[in-house]
Amino acid sequence: MIDPSRRIILKCAGAFGALAMGLVTGLVKSSNAVAAQWNKAGFESKAMADALKALGAGNPVESKDIAITAPDIAENGAVVPIAIVSKIPNTQQILIIAEKNPRPLMATFDVSSGSEGYVSTRIKMGETSNVWAVVKADGNFFAAKKEVKITVGGCG
Amino acid sequence: MAEPMKIRATLQGDVADVRILMLHPMETGARRDSKGDIVPQHFIQNVAVTHNGKTVLDAQWSQAVSRNPFLGLRVKGAKAGDKIGVTWVDNKGDKRTDEAPVSAS
Repeated sequence: MIDPSRRIILKCAGAFGALAMGLVTGLVKSSNAVAAQWNKAGFESKAMADALKALGAGNPVESKDIAITAPDIAENGAVVPIAIVSKIPNTQQILIIAEKNPRPLMATFDVSSGSEGYVSTRIKMGETSNVWAVVKADGNFFAAKKEVKITVGGCG
Repeated sequence: MAEPMKIRATLQGDVADVRILMLHPMETGARRDSKGDIVPQHFIQNVAVTHNGKTVLDAQWSQAVSRNPFLGLRVKGAKAGDKIGVTWVDNKGDKRTDEAPVSAS
């Protein structure tokens, strides 16, 4: 029988080796490395405060310039439509957080000068909870919340 | 193999209203199949939207985005015929890129 921990170590070593070789030979372009960014610490946080900390979003200020469009009552927690509009000038990033989900941070959207401060998507929610939209503009964080009641949870 | 995305971009003034539908299971890693085994996590982690090759939206997602994800955004300074490109990458390294032109409303 193969010891599973040994396999993991070998796998990790292999991945690091490949990455190191890529860097040396210039195969890994810096632009590709940026495109594949994924905030593991933030997405695996189990509390909203930890997720915000991992994103450097400390204590966002509540703002009336962020509008969240979501149903008051969602029958199916597996598909909750949500749209966020930020009227704050120089909006750089929009985050969606469902406070009571097992992993509260759902998505981050980096909006550049080429797109408006608007995103819409569909999310899964386990139970009735506040949905927060956090907006980064000029390096400061703002937030707005809306409660969505869930009839049937969508995590399982 | 990943299924093609549906991308619709319609012009409203000088803003393109872009709607994207991706086909992906977005498994949370919490669901069990009919045998009671946990279905491993399988979800889109990165989505990038480009307008004529320039990135206009760079998203990172968790497993909590719904199955067959929908993404809507508005691209400024668009003209009919401009190219809207979308690329996603999931946690297994699968990726898919599709492109669609902006159509006049």
